[in-house]
Formats: sequence, structure tokens, C-alpha cells
Amino acid sequence: MKKISVLLLTLFFIALFSAPLVAAELSADEIVAKANQASYYAGADGKADVTMIITAADGGTRERQFTILRLNDGPQDQKFYVYFNAPADVRKMAFLVWKNVSRDDDRWLWLPALNLNKRIAPGDKRTSFVGSDFYYEDVSGRGIEEDTHQLIEETADTYQIRNEPKDPGSVEFAYYLVWIDKTNFLPRKAEYYDAQGQLYRQVEALRVETVDGHPTVMESKASDLKAGTSTLNSFSNVSYDNGLQKRIFSERFLRRPPREVTQ
Amino acid sequence: MKAWSQILLLTLLIIGLPTTGLTFDLLEGSELHGFIDARGGMRTGDDSYQRDTSLLESRLQLSVEHFGDLIALQLRGDMLYDNVAKHHTPDFETGEGAFDLREANLTFSPTDIIDVKLGRQILTWGTGDLLFINDLFPKDWQSFFTGRDEEYLKAPSDAMLISLFPEFANINLVYTPRFDSDRHLTGERLSFYGVTDTPVETDKPDRWFKDQELNLRLSKNLAGYELAAYSYYGYWKSPAGLDPTTGLALFPRLNVYGASLRGALMGGLFNLEGGYYDSREDSAGNDPLTPNSELRFLAGYEMEVAKELTGNLQFYLEQMQDYHAYRQSLPTGQPVREENRQVWTLRLTKQLLSQKLTLSLFNYWSPTDEDFYLRPQVRYKLTDAWLLTCGGNLFGGEQSHTFFGQLEDNKNIYAGVRYSF
Repeated sequence: MKKISVLLLTLFFIALFSAPLVAAELSADEIVAKANQASYYAGADGKADVTMIITAADGGTRERQFTILRLNDGPQDQKFYVYFNAPADVRKMAFLVWKNVSRDDDRWLWLPALNLNKRIAPGDKRTSFVGSDFYYEDVSGRGIEEDTHQLIEETADTYQIRNEPKDPGSVEFAYYLVWIDKTNFLPRKAEYYDAQGQLYRQVEALRVETVDGHPTVMESKASDLKAGTSTLNSFSNVSYDNGLQKRIFSERFLRRPPREVTQ
Repeated sequence: MKAWSQILLLTLLIIGLPTTGLTFDLLEGSELHGFIDARGGMRTGDDSYQRDTSLLESRLQLSVEHFGDLIALQLRGDMLYDNVAKHHTPDFETGEGAFDLREANLTFSPTDIIDVKLGRQILTWGTGDLLFINDLFPKDWQSFFTGRDEEYLKAPSDAMLISLFPEFANINLVYTPRFDSDRHLTGERLSFYGVTDTPVETDKPDRWFKDQELNLRLSKNLAGYELAAYSYYGYWKSPAGLDPTTGLALFPRLNVYGASLRGALMGGLFNLEGGYYDSREDSAGNDPLTPNSELRFLAGYEMEVAKELTGNLQFYLEQMQDYHAYRQSLPTGQPVREENRQVWTLRLTKQLLSQKLTLSLFNYWSPTDEDFYLRPQVRYKLTDAWLLTCGGNLFGGEQSHTFFGQLEDNKNIYAGVRYSF
């Protein structure tokens, strides 16, 4: 028995010390997890001003301006507060999301003219966010366990991942490809393909800067290749670890917008 | 024709307005925003007591606010040219006349867990979709039924809102020093019972610090389930009683105690709400000129039924208490109310063209009263600044004394244009 114990112990130590060597070769799941972390969870909290320019197929443009606050609440859950400044008819509207990984997200919309705290049905997260080419899911992140991930190519500076939905009925894509930057794990581009294998939608990171030590997408673009529309997001006044308090993400601060968004 | 040309002129004038609001120097960092809204509507039925024009107005809303370190100030009001109104002297209570002050208030926090909002404000709570049980803040039914924007359903209150945020729950208390009634139907603009052309005269409680109202809400969000308990001490919000000697319509005393629950369910959202309407001046239910107490209940479910299509279904029940006493005391020849008034509502909202076009339909239907109210609406955002709207208010019923049946002659359609800046 003693010999067996020693053998097991030796095997255990070999396994333990060889682990870092194995980890150097990241699996597709690990790459996606790191990318998800880099894209949506940087810092304890984050704040940014966003200008969104929506370009229609005929070249006409519409613009939205909002401030977004994000707070990490536990390992995966998050809270978002979006406060609109423009256009004039949605000014002072606020949108509150409690992103719950284990159940449907909770979403509220504050309508200032009615002083109404409107709860929004959970619904499809792959629908347009405020009429743009970005989806709700692009703003708050897609659960990484909702797809299977496969590393299909690795170059000197990117990983290319193929993602297939576990529940194909719940989404409009058959699969999507993502190119992830090897140095900072931010996705550079995502391409969405339909059941016929046709590319119909893409999301790109156009400009990345390091803010408060976190590589950050400062400009991104979503294009609907079928409709011929596109949306450009420009981020400014980005900051991390602002010490945002959890209480901001509540009905109280829908009624009375916090200084973090009004100043 | 004169009024139409005025609207056209106003519309043309605003093309020169800036698109992003004006910087306001008086309060540093504040901006002046608002909109110009012109709309017109006409009756589709025949009403011998009213003009065919049900709506013809243009309004300029201006809004300015200041978020300071210690206080927040808010000022919002409408300058209004209303061609259908019979009175043009500004009345701050009814909103009649050339100026309707929507909000004028200041908010401050005396401690970390208290917010106080003082002044004229719009107040809303409860879980119903265009059905109200525990929301006893004033409504403007006249605006709602004639095709003004939905925001005008809520009339302002002159009140003090105190909100407390201890760890265990949120507590909201609204004190209104002088009763704020609904902007109710008066018979002048919308006729009811199909007979009246003389305005309803009311005897409204209106003494400061005597005829007061108190609204309370205790609420808690438990893992996404919103629980609330409510109570109200005040008056029936629209005329509900009658003084037999003067013939004046009255607002009898009313207390309400209720509760609600809202949360996610099977990929959608449900809401439950109930309230006991304690009619203080007729607790035995045997006074035919004062409403009986009622139990009100509502259950609703909302979900996204298809991409960019949301459906909402609600069931509402109004149960009269002491029904036997009511029937006993009711003078012969008077129309009899049902003991259990039931209403179903259905809302369908579809968004199209990158959410520029919104089609919506809201329908009230009562199987017990055999009446209905249909609110179809189309909204098209031409640009970020320009919004075109058209819709209808279609009432109907078997009898002329039921809630929607009495409004049958006021069936109307309307169209409007709004420029926001």
C-alpha cells in the first residue's frame, strides 16, 4: 500500500508541475473566457461616454449619445446603467440592466415625462439596441457557455475561434467567427454567418487604447451587410475602478440620476 | 381654416430651431430643451352636442434642469394654443388655458438615505399597463381620450415626496397639502351618457392643509421580484358622488390599501396587483349617491412574441362590496352596475425599420359591461428630431351608461407632428 501511495504522490507532483506547460497551449474555451473577461469585466467597474452614429442604407444618419456605467457584481453577474443625452426625445431616459448569468436579466426603462419605472420583458437579447446595428448582447456580452468554441487557426498575433450555438433556435446565426488579439485578448473582429454559410453581419474593433492599465476598445463598428446599415460607436471619458456604489443601480437612481452621469 | 394655418405657420417656424438644445447661461451647465407639437383630430361619429373637431392645438414645451451638488432643480411647462378648449384663462389645476405647468420642483438629500422632492411633479407607481389600482395620482382622462401624447395621461401633483432607503426596504411617502383631483371629464369636450352638453359642476375639496392626501409605498426588490405595499388616504379622484340638494358632483372620501408583485416568469414578465377601496362615506353601501367600497385586482403577463413584437395581456376585476345593499337602495329606473366588473386589456407593439416605425394597438374590452375602447397608433420617426403620429380612440358599447359605452359618441381619429430639440 505504501508503494502505491508514493507512486500516486509522485504522479500528483508531476501533474502539478507540468500544468503550467500544458496551460501555455490555451484551449478554445480558455481563450474565449479570457476574451470575455477582457471585453466586459475589466476593472471592478467602468464608465464611458458613448456617441453612436447609425448610418442607414441611403446614407442618412441618426445619432445617440449616452453615458454607461458598469459594475461587476460577483464573479459573473453585472449591473449596467445607461443614461441618454441625445436625441432630444429620449434625453434623460435611463436604462437599468441587472445581468444575471443564472437566470434572465432584469431590465428597467425610466421614462422621465411619465416618471414611470417601466419593467421590460426579458425578451430576445439579439435585437437592436436603441435602433442601432448593435444588439443588446453586444453591449452587455453573450454568455460564453451558450456556444461551443473551436480554435480553428492561430497566427502570430491572433486566435481565430469558431462559435456554434448550443440552442440554434434561440439565435439568428448558424455560427460566428471571432479573431482574438493574442496580446490583450480583445476581439478584433466577429463575423456572423447564416444557415446558408453567408456572411451577413460583422462587428469590428477599430481603435484600441490602454486606459487605467486596461486595453479598451475606443471605437467599434457593427454592420448589417444585408440591410446595408452600419453603426459606429465612439467611446470617450473612459475610466475604470471609479468606486461606483451598488446602490446607484436601483430605482432610486432612476428617479434621480446619479452625478456620475449628470456631471 | 384659421387654426390650421396657424399650426402650419408654427411648424414652419420651428424649422429654424437648433437641433440639440440651447445652452442656458442662468444656471451653469443647464440646457434648454423641449418640443413643438401640433396635432388635430376629428370625431368619426355623430355628436349633436360637440364640434366635429375633437382636437386642434399646438404646444411648445420648454424644459430646463440643473443638477447641483446639493440640490437638483427641474422646470418644465407647456405653452398651448388649444382651439377646442372653451376656456383660455390659465388654470394651474386643470391645465386649461395658454400655460400648463408640468413640473417645477427641487430635490435634495438631507441624509444619505433620504431624498426629498418638493413642488409640482409627475408621480407614478404600481404595475398595471394603463390600468391603475394603487396609483392614485391625478390622471388627465381628457388628454388621454382625445389623442394627446400618452405622457399627458399623468397630470401633475403639487406635493412633497419623501423617499427613505434603509437597508430592509424603500419607503416612499407623498404628502399633497391640497387635494389634486383627476383632470376628469366635464362634458364640455367629451360628452358622456350621450346626452349632456352642460358641464358637470363639482364641489371639490380644495382647502390647503385640510383637504389633503397621503400616499404611502413600501417596496422591496428580492432577486428581481418587486414587492410593494401601498396605502392612500384621500378622496375618489374623479367625481363619484352627488349632493342631492345642490346637484353638485362630489369627491367622497376614500382610503385604499393594496399590494403588488412583479417579476420574470417563463421568458416574460408577470404582474399582480390588488387594492381595497374603502369608500369612507358609504361604508354600509346603502347610500345610492356615494360609491360603495370595492375590491380591485389585476393580473398581467408580457412577453416578446416575435422579433420586435411585444404582447401584453391583462385581466382586471372590480368587485363592488355590499352589493345587496346597493341594489336595495338604488332608485328604480337607474341603470344597474355589475357586481363584478371585468376588463381585459391587450397591447401589441411592433417595431419596424430599425425601430423608426412603431405600430401599436391597445384594447380594453369588458365582457361584463359589454363595452370596449380601442387605441391604435402609428408613430414614425422621420429623423431624430421629427416624429409623425396618427391614431384613434374608438369607444363602443351595448349600453350608454357603462364606462366606455358612455363615450361612444366621442370616437375620434387624430394626427400630429412633433419637433424635439
